[in-house]
Amino acid sequence: MAQPVISRGFRARPRLDAHQHRIPPGQHLVTDFPVLSAGPTPEVDLAHWRFSLRDGEQVLGEWNWDEFNALPQTEIKTDIHCVTTWSKFDTVWKGVTVDDLLRAAGRDGPPAPYVMMHSIGGYTTNLPSADIVNGKAMVATLFDNKPLDPEHGWPARLVVPHLYFWKSAKWISGLRFMPANEPGFWEELGYHEYGDPWKEQRYVGD
Amino acid sequence: MSVTSPTNPARTTWRVAEVVEVRDETPRVRTLKLHVSDWPGHKPGHHVDVRLTDEEGLQAQRSYSIATPPEEKMISLAVERLEDGEVSPYLAGEVRPGDRFELRGPIGGYFIWTVASGGPIVLIGGGSGVVPLVSMLRHRAAQKATMPAKLIYSARRYEELIFREEIDRLAASDPNLEVAYTLTREQPAGWQGGNKRLDKDSLAALVPAPNVNPQIFVCGPTGLVEATARFLVEIGHDRGRIRTERFGPTSA
Repeated sequence: MAQPVISRGFRARPRLDAHQHRIPPGQHLVTDFPVLSAGPTPEVDLAHWRFSLRDGEQVLGEWNWDEFNALPQTEIKTDIHCVTTWSKFDTVWKGVTVDDLLRAAGRDGPPAPYVMMHSIGGYTTNLPSADIVNGKAMVATLFDNKPLDPEHGWPARLVVPHLYFWKSAKWISGLRFMPANEPGFWEELGYHEYGDPWKEQRYVGD
Repeated sequence: MSVTSPTNPARTTWRVAEVVEVRDETPRVRTLKLHVSDWPGHKPGHHVDVRLTDEEGLQAQRSYSIATPPEEKMISLAVERLEDGEVSPYLAGEVRPGDRFELRGPIGGYFIWTVASGGPIVLIGGGSGVVPLVSMLRHRAAQKATMPAKLIYSARRYEELIFREEIDRLAASDPNLEVAYTLTREQPAGWQGGNKRLDKDSLAALVPAPNVNPQIFVCGPTGLVEATARFLVEIGHDRGRIRTERFGPTSA
């Protein structure tokens, strides 16, 4: 729209200059940690928890909870952005980068150009493989040095902080690489296939 | 590369919404009736993104559920005023007929029910989480649908029950609709409804048994939704039949 509609009598909160480059368009800063999920929080039994990397149907690597926690651990501090318009600064996550997972499976890099994230409970979300390697994504098991809260994805969730946070699948159970892009759960329902917050890619066509 | 979507095939463009009518529903909730140019239509449960722009060009965006059913030409949003909010004090306070802002939608596609989805349905709302559920009930009434429906509505106080008179009217005129309220903080003298937060026992008593296989929609603050969904699973309801939508305090 060329001319924005001015809302009479509305005064937006002043944005701190220091935040200008950290808050994407249409987002606002929060200090709590809101929850967004489409159904009940899954119950997970760590004794049966498995995380797998697959190329199509072929299993490249699979780890149980102890094996997963024995993989190299990385800590990141990052801002996160939810499509429902909140952003949160300086969140601290610890877990295993997708690079280290691929290495542990004996791979130099992703075996296919796209990837589907799969979660316990059936949630899925899709991405180009390039967006989860080279330090861009991890499977996190700790938030603020504590196990994740169940509603935030315990025991493990993906963290892809450069994209809207629905891409950071909670309760993740595996990554399935695929030759062509396919829509995941929200992507089927009209959400953007990529979800770059800096381009405000919230919905199809953005 | 493109993804085709059955529900939102086209781009969700910003449209101009003009306020036609404002109505105070409760001390903190106001309904805004809007004329939206070229509104593409919606289903019960959909929400919209609202974008406000101030005179200096600064903008703020928030999401609000649609309260009206698809059968109504104009859409209404029910906005709860959060005291420290940036947007809700404006929408639920300052706004008056003739004011304009931008809006786009419909958005969502999972927390959706139409009469074609069948029943029985159980709608569980906490606070302003009742808004999309009321859209479902209004749609059901407009379609004169007869599948069993139950609304379970938790609020803090009697005067905070949004759309109470209309809900009571719908229930009185429809033998297939049951309504149960619970008031968690304060109850008026002679109150017959529930008087505490929904718990496993009250949900087991209020929600049709798992063998009836109801579709269940739960919307409200995160704490209520988390607890309710967990109790429903413990009672034996199929996870796949429970759809949730959570309102954080940041939906201001």
